Amino acid sequence: MSSTHAPAHRERTTTIPAVLVRVLFLGAVLAVAAFTVPLMIELKQWMWLTVMVLAAIAIFILYSTKRFVPGKYLFPGTFFLVVFLIAPIILTIGYSFTNFGDGTRGSKEQAVDSIVANSVQQTEDSTWYNLAVATQGDPVEGPFTLFLVDPETGAIYRGDETAPVQEIPADAVTVASGFVTEAAGYTILDAREVNTAYDALQALAVPISDTSAVRVQGANQAFEGTTVLSYDESTDTLTNSQTDEEFTVGKVGDSEYFVDADGKRAFSQSWLQNVGGSNYERLFTNAGIAKQFGAAFVWTLIFALGSVLLTFVVGFALALVLNDERMRGRRLYRSVLLMPYAVPGFISLLVWSNFYNRDFGLINETLGLHLDWMGDPTLAKAAVLLTNLWMGFPYMFIVSTGALQAIPNDVTEAARMDGASRLQTTLKVVTPLLMVAVAPLLVASFAFNFNNFNAIQLLTEGGPFLPGEYTRGGTDILISMIYRIAFGGSGADFGFASAVSVALFALTGVLAAIQFRFTNVLEDVN
Amino acid sequence: MQIRRQSFLALSGIAAGTTLLAACGGGDETAGGGANDAGGASDAGGAEEGAAPARADADLVIWTDEEKAVSLEEPAAAWGKANDLTVAVQIVADDLQGNFVTADQAGNGPDMIVAAHDWIGNLVQNGSISPVQLPGSAAEDIAPIGIEAVTYDGQTYGVPYAVETLVLFANKALTDAPEPKTVEEMVEAATAGGADNVLALPVGEQGDAYHMEAFYTSAGGYLFGKDSEGSLDPSDVGVGQEGSITAGEKLKELGESGVLSTSITGDNAISLFTDGKAAYLVSGPWALEDIRTAEFDYAMSAVPGFEGLDPAVPFAGVNAFYVAAGGKNPAFAQQFATAVASSPDIVEQMFPKNELPPVNLELQKKLAEDFPEIVKIAELAADGDPMPAIPEMAAIWQPLGQAQANIVGGADPESTMVSAGEEITSQISG
Repeated sequence: MSSTHAPAHRERTTTIPAVLVRVLFLGAVLAVAAFTVPLMIELKQWMWLTVMVLAAIAIFILYSTKRFVPGKYLFPGTFFLVVFLIAPIILTIGYSFTNFGDGTRGSKEQAVDSIVANSVQQTEDSTWYNLAVATQGDPVEGPFTLFLVDPETGAIYRGDETAPVQEIPADAVTVASGFVTEAAGYTILDAREVNTAYDALQALAVPISDTSAVRVQGANQAFEGTTVLSYDESTDTLTNSQTDEEFTVGKVGDSEYFVDADGKRAFSQSWLQNVGGSNYERLFTNAGIAKQFGAAFVWTLIFALGSVLLTFVVGFALALVLNDERMRGRRLYRSVLLMPYAVPGFISLLVWSNFYNRDFGLINETLGLHLDWMGDPTLAKAAVLLTNLWMGFPYMFIVSTGALQAIPNDVTEAARMDGASRLQTTLKVVTPLLMVAVAPLLVASFAFNFNNFNAIQLLTEGGPFLPGEYTRGGTDILISMIYRIAFGGSGADFGFASAVSVALFALTGVLAAIQFRFTNVLEDVN
Repeated sequence: MQIRRQSFLALSGIAAGTTLLAACGGGDETAGGGANDAGGASDAGGAEEGAAPARADADLVIWTDEEKAVSLEEPAAAWGKANDLTVAVQIVADDLQGNFVTADQAGNGPDMIVAAHDWIGNLVQNGSISPVQLPGSAAEDIAPIGIEAVTYDGQTYGVPYAVETLVLFANKALTDAPEPKTVEEMVEAATAGGADNVLALPVGEQGDAYHMEAFYTSAGGYLFGKDSEGSLDPSDVGVGQEGSITAGEKLKELGESGVLSTSITGDNAISLFTDGKAAYLVSGPWALEDIRTAEFDYAMSAVPGFEGLDPAVPFAGVNAFYVAAGGKNPAFAQQFATAVASSPDIVEQMFPKNELPPVNLELQKKLAEDFPEIVKIAELAADGDPMPAIPEMAAIWQPLGQAQANIVGGADPESTMVSAGEEITSQISG
């Protein structure tokens, strides 16, 4: 983006619109800050709070006066770099030291609540009552009284937390269509009020016998049941009231769970914990990964290099042919050649994966072959490269065509005059000139293919897998193998996946450094 | 020349930089992928594409996939009207489970979801759903497979309403045994009938443990053992045990004789059958529409087992209503759940728009005349086994499917099954 105005050259005068814009802008920043800071404090988003506050302060310092001109230009880029690049990286690194994942998303309190709430058991042959919730106090705070009607017998009962359920005479209340609608001295809650007070009502157990109590189910039903488990905060134990079994906090794997007397995990609910470096330990001591990393890395390099070379050779050759002015209908050919580029990659990859089917695929049927494209590791690699060639050559074709057209005719004419053959002109004159423009794009294409997850996942899913091998398939590149390790097995394990990401980030960083060196080398040569 | 070269270099630098950014971004996505997977647009919430819908403003908000939402919309609205409540049914087209768990945790999720029963284990460990008490009449009204499926660790977590399982479809023109009792009978009849392929059962290069489960169990294979209370025990993995090896040997025989093939995949299995290129097909109720369109005489029966071995037990999948633990209106959600559990009316109203085999026995009788196939699938599902709902099940699919595909392709049954068992055990303990 080049600016058409050059403020440095113009004499800086204060105009009214400029002041107005500045005031409005700073006001908006202040408003956003004032709105989000309390929210972030409430949500305990300390990192974002810090970013927000620092950014707001920086904006005020930089833009409220005419000083700090370089800062004015540096700030937006820095801000977005921090928010969109550095913050996610810090978060990912943070998560990589926790057990964050399925079953460990919430706090310990939430886990205990969930375990206890899930232990409500309906009494065998429990009667279901038509329920009306009433109160003599506040409809939100209670205390609540339950009026119950047994839909089969029509008998009416009343009870609250302290007074057990008792049958009351029918004339004490008004009953309409099986529900108590009015009771002297009580306010009957409507469905919305019941919903508002539902947390308290769910905890409410109105005793009906020594062992069971009436509990609220939904806005207008009640059943007999017991909460089997209870939690004692002082001893940090869960107790089963029916069997007297106690569950204490114990470590299973990396995380703490409630365990039984034998130390066996009793409930699947756990909570977010710091697990130190154990995610990294798991990554680096995984025998499968250590064994397969080298092979996957080599194939990744072959895949990326092969893809770049093949697509470039094909794309360049086509561009050369179609750049010859003696060729007729060049425009048509060029449009047709761009077709693979026009089809969404996701679709063409899935279609191609069906083309390779051994018995029913287009390729084997058309050519009368019986090649097991997707079952043989070598053929599968060839299939991946072929497909990626089809997907990628139009890009190289466009790039080469553009670069070729930028090479002036007089250069080639001069070469011809000096007696060079057409082949010599192409190889010795045109190609080097073209490489100046195209070589950096080849590097970029290599970087893209190095992490070309879609091409592998949609085409072969990394397969074929040899018998007994589950970590790396024949066509797995690093990124697809690591994806399987992080997400292939047991559900979402974000802590471990973050550790994998951090490792991959380090690896990509090293590769990027090498790439930049390579780009520098090109610059020196030319 | 000089200028152009530099601008090209600058351009390429930008391109390389962008690629790198994309690569780094990719890494971060790996970290948050499960939680941030693209969700569908909602019909009421108007959320932007790529995120879960914003919770609609209604007394009862239900999230489900598109097909179920379409069928549920009117019955739910009618129920709401009768109870003076507003109801919104929102479509979450992609990754309903992940979106629901995240939204529920954040406190802006729905009050209910409608989903398959095998999610229960994960939803419970995340504390995302509350138990639902079924009225006493449910035991008589609802097929036992339905109640069994929503019971997890001795607690009922959902109201089941539909069930599906895999069945065997036969093309009567290609076989004289439309309802074979054993695999051997099936192979013999199809070979005599001269079909190109005996059986269309998706295997693929990566395997398909779901479709293979009937054969696997018939030969004595199991996934998880049961503890003394009848709950599945993740420390007892059946893959790699004796029964699974017998199953492997049987699969190898079928692979050698061409009955099973890795070239038959989920993409082509149904079309092979409907094109008349396979005598039999193992698939579920979702294949019915294609098969009817093919307009040939077909039969439907239970997936057969191997001669002299155990009966085949395919997976049964149950769809159910769940009450969100973090929803804003749990009372209305429980009320609606009780309404679905105590009468078949709502499910009956849902049926015309999404023909799923019902678990309500009364409804099965009602529909038997007009929809005999649907009801037959519901009856066959009664002999199935609910798909394990424990979270550890996620570790089973890939290694077991892979092992089965390898064996079909000719690998040694014993060592392959044992290695799959080891892989599963290590994933579960990891």
